[in-house]
Amino acid sequence: MKSFNYHAPKDVKDASKLASSNSAFLAGGMTTIPSMKLGLASYKDVIDIKNIKKLSGIKVSGKSVTIGATTKHAEVAASKDVKKAIPALAKLAGNIGDAQVRNRGTIGGSISNNDPSACYPSACMALNAVIHTNKRKIDADKFFTGMFETALKSGELVEAVEFEIPEKADYQKHPNPASRYAIIGVFVAKHKKDVNVAVTGAKSCVYIDQDLSKKLSSNFSVSAIEGMEVKSSGMNSDMHASAEYRANLVSLYAKKAVEAC
Amino acid sequence: MTKVTLEVNGKKVSKEVPDHTLLSVFLRDNLNLTGTHVGCDTSQCGACVVHVNGKSIKSCSTLAADIEGSKVTTIEGLAKDGKLHPMQAAFKKTHGLQCGYCTPGMVMSAVDLLQTKKNPTDQEIREWLEGNICRCTGYQNIVAAVKEAATKM
Repeated sequence: MKSFNYHAPKDVKDASKLASSNSAFLAGGMTTIPSMKLGLASYKDVIDIKNIKKLSGIKVSGKSVTIGATTKHAEVAASKDVKKAIPALAKLAGNIGDAQVRNRGTIGGSISNNDPSACYPSACMALNAVIHTNKRKIDADKFFTGMFETALKSGELVEAVEFEIPEKADYQKHPNPASRYAIIGVFVAKHKKDVNVAVTGAKSCVYIDQDLSKKLSSNFSVSAIEGMEVKSSGMNSDMHASAEYRANLVSLYAKKAVEAC
Repeated sequence: MTKVTLEVNGKKVSKEVPDHTLLSVFLRDNLNLTGTHVGCDTSQCGACVVHVNGKSIKSCSTLAADIEGSKVTTIEGLAKDGKLHPMQAAFKKTHGLQCGYCTPGMVMSAVDLLQTKKNPTDQEIREWLEGNICRCTGYQNIVAAVKEAATKM
């Protein structure tokens, strides 16, 4: 791993000041550190944000669950408040990576990295999340802009993610057996007015499947989407799964998720 | 360079190391605690698992500077007064290892599991150990070891 300067600022302002085009914010480091070790990324400055107290924690209000950026997956999975308000979100967090990754990895890191196979982005999309940064609030559908790309600007830092509490929700994923990343993952959320079906792992970036969402919005049942074909165009094809296989999994796991709601 | 002060296996240690020093490197190269193994470059194998403030983490994916002031337990810190920890004894008894490379990580990870779940099921043990890869045993005897240890811990 190439050398860098390590910083551990105590507040967001200092963290933002240290940021440059040659720096990275470090939260759990579960992607950043392996990427640096493999030589896929290198930085002059690594800015650890874990000592910024206000970035960690879980708050539940009547309508939403807000999770601080440096809150670990294990904390979300074990949170009684999250389990009560949005059990699907706790379940999602409890199945990310492995136990040791969940003890370090954070929600802010996951969504800022926007790996096309990460779990959390699908929850953000399906649960109409608002991403709070040190500069502004960004709706999830404007936040995830492409493969490993987000709307975040240089020096902009995710502070918290605010999820809308749905009537019902469930997340189903088909994990890669080695990395536990989603070969595909489907997050189904039934809100008062409509239903969102968010898909991760299938394409270069998380997305809402409009056809499935529309069908389920008018009739929230497995039978409503039975036999519906999910098109494989634009889906990833790699050593783990072909585009056609992924398309079939999306259809299958959407049904599974609706059934589990 | 940065000064890192930790409590490792009950002893306070302080070393001046480059900022990018990984905890696994700090333990192995700076403290000569080579029981913590490094089996991959991708954070998937789990051979490097140690406890930081009581929780299992991958030392190959954690900066030493990042855990400044923490309490670290490595495989060398489990045995007390020359007597194997119940998890180590159970791995020995049930033949939960062959080449032994993954064993330190397996043991540290399994000890963390039993801290929160006293009597895990086979399924829970297998799920917990997803981040620990063994290429010899086929896992059967590792699961047996964790179950055996659960009766002693």
